[in-house]
Amino acid sequence: MNVAPLGLVAAPLAGGVPAQRAQVSSGQLLTACRLAWENDGRLVALWASDERDLHRGFCLRVVLEDSDGLTLLEHTLRDDRSRYPDLTPIFPAANRMQRATYDLLGIAAESDDQRPWLWTQGHATHAFPLRRDFAPVAEMSDEQDEYAFVRVDGEGVHEIPVGPVHAGIIEPGHFRFQVVGEKVLRLEERLGYAHKGIEKRFESMMIDDGARLIGRVSGDSTVAYAWAFAGAVEAAASFVPPARARWIRALCLERERLANHLGDIGAIGNDAGFAFGLAQFSRLREDVLRRNQAAFGHRLMMDTVVPGGLSRELAFEHVHAMHDEADRLARQIVRLRGIYDEHAGVQDRFRNCGRAAPKLARSLGLMGLAGRASGQARDIRCDFPSAPYDLLDVRIATQTAGDVWARVAVRFDEALESARLIGIITTALLDPATMGPVHASGPDLPADRISLGYVEGWRGPVLVALEIGEGNVIRRCHPQDPSWCNWPVVEHAVIGNIVPDFPLINKSFNLSYSGQDL
Amino acid sequence: MYETLRQILRVGIRSEPPPTPAGDDVVVRRLHDDILRTLGRALALRHVDAGSCNACELESQALSNPYYNVEGLGIRYVASPRHADVLMVTGPVTKNMAGALRRTYEAMPEPRLVIAVGACASGCGVYGPDYATVGAVSEIVPVDVAIPGCPPSPVALLQGILAAVSASAAKPR
Repeated sequence: MNVAPLGLVAAPLAGGVPAQRAQVSSGQLLTACRLAWENDGRLVALWASDERDLHRGFCLRVVLEDSDGLTLLEHTLRDDRSRYPDLTPIFPAANRMQRATYDLLGIAAESDDQRPWLWTQGHATHAFPLRRDFAPVAEMSDEQDEYAFVRVDGEGVHEIPVGPVHAGIIEPGHFRFQVVGEKVLRLEERLGYAHKGIEKRFESMMIDDGARLIGRVSGDSTVAYAWAFAGAVEAAASFVPPARARWIRALCLERERLANHLGDIGAIGNDAGFAFGLAQFSRLREDVLRRNQAAFGHRLMMDTVVPGGLSRELAFEHVHAMHDEADRLARQIVRLRGIYDEHAGVQDRFRNCGRAAPKLARSLGLMGLAGRASGQARDIRCDFPSAPYDLLDVRIATQTAGDVWARVAVRFDEALESARLIGIITTALLDPATMGPVHASGPDLPADRISLGYVEGWRGPVLVALEIGEGNVIRRCHPQDPSWCNWPVVEHAVIGNIVPDFPLINKSFNLSYSGQDL
Repeated sequence: MYETLRQILRVGIRSEPPPTPAGDDVVVRRLHDDILRTLGRALALRHVDAGSCNACELESQALSNPYYNVEGLGIRYVASPRHADVLMVTGPVTKNMAGALRRTYEAMPEPRLVIAVGACASGCGVYGPDYATVGAVSEIVPVDVAIPGCPPSPVALLQGILAAVSASAAKPR
């Protein structure tokens, strides 16, 4: 984004994705957001840091993405009485980020919606954990807070509360439906149940411990988070990891995408009453996980990607095995896709169910996999390819229907594309030109530096913003999951659908609770 | 339909025999067989995520895949705690989930077993007690078996379930 017309001076930020940072006043913040929106840009992240110990008050940070790359806007607030402009008129997804920022730091936007976001139990409302002078308060009450859900009135309207404990093996969250008959008039989500103070934990952690923690922000995306974190560390040190490590990182990321897509396609089929799909795809997913265990010593590949490269070598026998497996999987996926496509019952449940039209998706900022199923043709691997994706020519998968069917179709296309990429990557890994070490120690990290890591995980873009203090210690780390932007869209996608279709719609988005609750 | 049936025939049966509980010896194995024959053929599990990173959920879901086929052993996940024999809890128990976890436990009929699933639930994961979490599941409800691992593999989960049921069956009534 060209910020010069706003009278701003932007400094480039090192890293795999083109990025810049600029200091803005509150007026410039709004203008920059509006300019980004008009140029097809989107909001990626919003968070804040307590910098009073550096005599800088509080710093609000906003990351925008457009076709030129990332722009980090920094807005300083003198103290906690200063407010910053409400960004929700431009980017509705900012609502929950702004509320969470208040819960953690006690700095507020000039917004009408000041409801808490992260606290569902009686929490001391004047203790802000991300302040540097925060002292944990003794006991919280067990009483559920009264949360001001928006209610619908009228004849025959009733309310269905669901959660936080659900009837299946899924994460905790609360859904409040306003329905008439079976039809959903309104859904409101209440998340925060998985809030475990991740950002506070990062403070004062050594880089290596941080690398372990980041892989457990959202377990299904452990490779994406680990890579984004490693990318941020390496960008801060202006350090490029060995070429072989980058190839294997891409291999891990595509295997993570493949395993999740396989699991989801099966589970979505099951939610449409097609148990055959779950049996078939969960078997294929298990095959991938068992190969991961053999090759990387972990079924989900946790702690494999680390700053500097990889934590372990990959033996040639596994490279060969993964190459053959990719071929075999692709054939199975094509065959099973034919069965899904031909199944009238499944297609009847998938089509026109949980629709997020492209216009809605654009205005709400739907991103990642779900965004691509609603015509938002964005994929970091294609838009800002960093090594080795610059050599892979990833084919983006898009649909415009925006329904459950489209989200399944994008998953099928991406699973096949990942299988193709794994074939190419494994071939490259056997080439003498890519031989070499998989890890190198970088130089010491310069203090007082902010850097970004940005990776297209299976669900969507994962951002890690890292501030490093003295002696390779993390001062502040903010991970941002695509679920922040996508959860509010689920509320819109279910309107007019019947209650029994909610599990199907929810699964077709398959958003992270832990990744957004932090 | 023809293609569906053909695929089922082509893949065949992939289920594997269940693992033995940890501490494998002859007595334990005999007990294990007994349990599978009697109690184990109708064991109802209830899962509660008390704030995990969702890796433990992925592995718990994997128990239902054709390889582990827990339904074939008579072990199934049920939708209500009132129908459950065993409570499986993941995560470091966030303060936001502590009340819901306690109420779920209280809703279960006796005798009830609790299994802490994974390092966090057992109190040795990356998430210890802090301003937002309580720590181990045993801080909130009594735990019969804790399964280590980050996350535990499906085999470890199955071993833990069998160990909990064995211990309970061996207890004098």
